[in-house]
Amino acid sequence: MSTAAKTERLMKLLIMLLVQRHFVPKERIRAILYGDASTDAFEKMFERDKEELRSLGVPVEVGSLDAYFDEPGYRIRPDAFALPEIDLAPDEAAIVGLATRVWEHQRLASATTEAVRKLTAAGVDVDLTALDIAQPRLAADDPAFDVFLEALTERSALEFDYWRSGTAEPARRHLQPWGVTRYAGRWYVLGFDTDRGAERVFRLSRVQGEARRTGRPGAYQIPDGLDISATTRRLAPAPVTQRAVLLVRGGAAAPLRRMADSVEVDVAGPDPATTWDRLVLTRGNVGLEDEVLGYGASVYVESPPALRDAVVARLEGTLA
Amino acid sequence: MTARSGGQIPSGAKDQVARLLTLVPYLHAHGGVRLIDAAQALGVSPEQVLKDLKVLLMCGMPGGYPDDLIDVDLDLLESEAGEVHREGVIRVSNADYLDRPMRLTPTEASAMIVALRALRAGAEPTTVEIVDRVLTKLESAAADGPSEIPLDAALDEPGRDADLAALGVRLREAAERQVQVELDYYVPTRDEQSHRVVDPRGVSRHNGFAYLDAWCHSAEAPRLFRLDRISAATVLDTPVATAPQSPRDLSDGIFGQGDDQTTLVTLRLAPQAQWVVEYYSVEAVRPGADHLEVDLLVADHRWLTKLLLRLAPNASVVAPADFTADFTGAAQDALALYRSAGA
Repeated sequence: MSTAAKTERLMKLLIMLLVQRHFVPKERIRAILYGDASTDAFEKMFERDKEELRSLGVPVEVGSLDAYFDEPGYRIRPDAFALPEIDLAPDEAAIVGLATRVWEHQRLASATTEAVRKLTAAGVDVDLTALDIAQPRLAADDPAFDVFLEALTERSALEFDYWRSGTAEPARRHLQPWGVTRYAGRWYVLGFDTDRGAERVFRLSRVQGEARRTGRPGAYQIPDGLDISATTRRLAPAPVTQRAVLLVRGGAAAPLRRMADSVEVDVAGPDPATTWDRLVLTRGNVGLEDEVLGYGASVYVESPPALRDAVVARLEGTLA
Repeated sequence: MTARSGGQIPSGAKDQVARLLTLVPYLHAHGGVRLIDAAQALGVSPEQVLKDLKVLLMCGMPGGYPDDLIDVDLDLLESEAGEVHREGVIRVSNADYLDRPMRLTPTEASAMIVALRALRAGAEPTTVEIVDRVLTKLESAAADGPSEIPLDAALDEPGRDADLAALGVRLREAAERQVQVELDYYVPTRDEQSHRVVDPRGVSRHNGFAYLDAWCHSAEAPRLFRLDRISAATVLDTPVATAPQSPRDLSDGIFGQGDDQTTLVTLRLAPQAQWVVEYYSVEAVRPGADHLEVDLLVADHRWLTKLLLRLAPNASVVAPADFTADFTGAAQDALALYRSAGA
């Protein structure tokens, strides 16, 4: 089936359910939109079409037509479908424009762009250029981030291998995710741990391999009035700062020098091309890998071994 | 639209439906929109919008009578020979039931709200007040809809943005008083710390960063200094030596301001590096099966090499070849440090 034909069917289904005031009987939907299909094929196509509309955010409701026959019917309530009137002053619209540049994460950056398109379609004039304001950045590059975000949206339980500090082996864990939050530069997921029977937090960067959904969507509910950030802060271990020792070419990497606890000048380095200085930094490891890589052959990691190995592995990955 | 979300292979029909559900209300709200402008608003080509409209034409109320169908005047958008009129005005009628855009999805609402809270954390009091108004309006628009995703984020360095705002105020005052400023400035592409005296002209913004525009007495030319790279700024009593000027307007970008030559570079980005597309202004984006191909204008090859190293191993250069060589060379040099040390 061509894209155009499928779009046409989805649009007709949407319009049909949106303009009727009552639930539309399934048989009527079939007669009008799926006339040629066998019963089996109709069931399958209709099921998939409904799911596609729902995944776009279209609220397709199921209901019973009357008390005597329990033939199912469907509708889309216009007030549940449409964005309510929203009136933004020019300075407010400019702030909305800025929000599209905060996320350094593909999916969430696209989501803000899409939100702005909808607001523009509602008649708000979003100015994407103006306004004098410091612009923060939010990055989310843990590989597990997307799976946890999707599971949260669907309310799906997850199974994953988690590596806790101080243990030799990752352990299999089961969680109903309640929320994802950032604290001290790291992303955490908070949820109900079904093995322990209690609420727990997990650091996303310590999830090993793929997290898998273990149940149907909508399998649990998130407690009302839960304060994700406060609960995470209560349960998460205090942020760990680590000591890193870097060798830096003479005069290079001034931003790293500014953060250093100590600088020892003119030490033996990995090559004789320039002089080298030894910097000791105490900080969270968040972003340090990227930063060290950005300096190329001007910065060399002496320790910790984990940082050093990560830098080497990423360079090797690039040259592979 | 949703084409690039989630990293999965998108269904063309689903994306087209999403676009139509934004396009129809957009036309309703703006009236008399040209094909080219609608395409820009939706982030697709005019040809794609025309294709979308041709599908819309087939849709309508379930009666099956001609009156039930949505009407689109294609004559204004395409010649009989099939040539697309990009300047043609889109006329859609008989689609009143689609004149409001869809509600924000939970992901869209959460992504916006968290981004706004992040903006709030680094803002001055007058801006905080505006952000709060926006948050109230967005939260109430999302209130009766599907529930938000529980997502929250605190900034790493909330104090830093406030420090930069204060630096901006000092530099602006120096420009108004027409006195010189002594700067310690870090030049990232050369990885060099520099010291210079400048005649400040004012502070402008581009892409979320604040820049001091000034006449630089070391370069003997006008230069832009990004505020977060100024490690020390001393306002002197010496009056400026050049004629005062207003700061440059950077809304069209900071490339092409001087005599910088730019090169069009094509990058291949794995999903982990795809935020680059939203972060830097790019010329073109071509989605592949599991990656994006992106064209961007590069003024300094050292800038690009640094970016690619930071993204390693999730980004590579497709063309031109000398950029590939630069990057590969830099990665080899860095790796050689560890090899020679017997790591």
